[in-house]
Amino acid sequence: MKNVALKPAKGNKIANRQAISETLLDLAKKDRDILVLTSDSRGSASMVQFGKELPDQIVEVGIAEQNIVGMASGLAHSGKKPFVASPACFLSMRSIEQIKVDVAYSQTNVKLIGISGGVSYGALGMSHHSLQDLAVTRAIPGIDVMMPADRHEAKKMIEALVEYDRPVYVRIGRNPVEDSYLSEDYDFQIGKAVTMKDGDDITIIATGETVRVALDAAEALFEQGIECRVINMHTIKPLDEEAIIKAAKETGKIITIEEHSIHGGLGAAVAEVVVQHQPVPVKIIGIPDEPAITGNTAQVFEYYGLSVENVKKIAVELLAK
Amino acid sequence: MEEIMFLKRKATEIRMELLKMIYEAKTGHTGGSLSNTDILTVLYYKMMNIDPNNPKWEDRDRYVQSKGHAVESLWAILADKGFFPKEELKTFSQYKSRLIGHPNNKVPGIEMNTGALGHGLPIAVGMALAAKLDGKSYKVYTLMGDGEQAEGSVWEGAMAASQYKLDNLVAIIDRNKLQITGSTEDVMGLEPLGDKWRSFGWDVVEVDGNDVEALVEVFSQAPRTPGKPTMVVANTVKGKGVSFAENVAAWHHHVPSKEEFELAMKELSEQLEVLV
Repeated sequence: MKNVALKPAKGNKIANRQAISETLLDLAKKDRDILVLTSDSRGSASMVQFGKELPDQIVEVGIAEQNIVGMASGLAHSGKKPFVASPACFLSMRSIEQIKVDVAYSQTNVKLIGISGGVSYGALGMSHHSLQDLAVTRAIPGIDVMMPADRHEAKKMIEALVEYDRPVYVRIGRNPVEDSYLSEDYDFQIGKAVTMKDGDDITIIATGETVRVALDAAEALFEQGIECRVINMHTIKPLDEEAIIKAAKETGKIITIEEHSIHGGLGAAVAEVVVQHQPVPVKIIGIPDEPAITGNTAQVFEYYGLSVENVKKIAVELLAK
Repeated sequence: MEEIMFLKRKATEIRMELLKMIYEAKTGHTGGSLSNTDILTVLYYKMMNIDPNNPKWEDRDRYVQSKGHAVESLWAILADKGFFPKEELKTFSQYKSRLIGHPNNKVPGIEMNTGALGHGLPIAVGMALAAKLDGKSYKVYTLMGDGEQAEGSVWEGAMAASQYKLDNLVAIIDRNKLQITGSTEDVMGLEPLGDKWRSFGWDVVEVDGNDVEALVEVFSQAPRTPGKPTMVVANTVKGKGVSFAENVAAWHHHVPSKEEFELAMKELSEQLEVLV
């Protein structure tokens, strides 16, 4: 197996929003149908430069999330390729009916980029956390759900999405993230999980910024003689069931880790597959069913055990059973 | 005048067709479909540049029915225009039919799925903006209900249409003054409705929404003010054309009994007879 994962973290910290903005700017220069829609969010979406260079391809909608999704669907219906960049907490909740009806049900080619997702706005409280977005979007037929791990994947994902004529919700965080991939030199396919590291003792399945946590935990466990398989589930829907069943069969134990409620997200999606096809123990690490504490992302992750130490501990416990 | 007579006859025939659909399916939104019939007849038989043989023609005018529930008149018109076989109207709301109780874009001639209120205007704003960005001259029409005006998203769309100077957009309110619970003014007062839209930067025109001649005149003039979207407040009668259904809130989704159906068809046939 080709090694695609960087180990250990090297401190290359670029925010995924930055990578997405740069990629979209490059692509939009060559395709005038690509539009970015913002809800007074061009700063937080890192889209200021895009707006300066392509003023005719950025549509400011103001603080109106229902309208931004409705307008995007009308634009897409008329042949445009709209990318809506709006805070995940509002985009995935305030406008969920527009996402369900105007985008998913009508099958308009709208790409929804939920920015500042998860606990990126950690100190601002539950109103600004988006820890239910995967659960909500995943339950709607007709829309795909994705989360890139780092800047390399964010770029490859956007390049793929520009050519992908289907509704998609992408969630990214606000803060700079450590690289998970060595480079862009790997095969990115929508709906196909990436095995970042192979191993047969236990599998850790992660998505988004927790992929780096999983890789670092695997590295630490390797030193204890435990070989972890690390799967990056960048596409939550359609889910790569084959990779999950294979991991269940070959490693017999699975840990999932996500910046999301323990209900309805990656862990739930994995568990649904495992219980129906290859029952093995699954431990879900995420944010419990409570208003998350305040703090920066690292503090919130640490508090709820989205950490190398906790993954290690749980892996050891599962292997001792 | 020949054209106006044609439109009046057509609207009456569409009313008869939709009553038949609702009576046979034993479900439907009778009152609202009867109130919007004249508006849709004028749009589809006079105003809109559309081609039933090429429903996705990129320069076509677009119609988004925001008050999706009053779909029966639209199904009857699309079938009559040849977007799909008239025979299919018999399947309305039946098991596995694509002619469901709201617009369904799996049917040729339907642009977008609607049914949740407050969605049509933002969608139409997006379509009209796309025309402006592409330098195309097509127009976008959207029909809202008056009860629907309580939805906040309507006003989000209203602001954006004005901000982007979408004078290729014509929104219509089917102002029949009744919603399911009763009078719109009792449920959630709307007046002064025209002034509300004017204050949002729209060119507002009020018209008798059951008078095809007046509707033709109003739609033909839009946009009266370059740079402004047009709002047509169409004062209509809910249940229009059937004497005992007119202005009765209960007919919002009342299905006529055999007796009511026969009487309604008789009334409409009599109206048709004098339209010569």
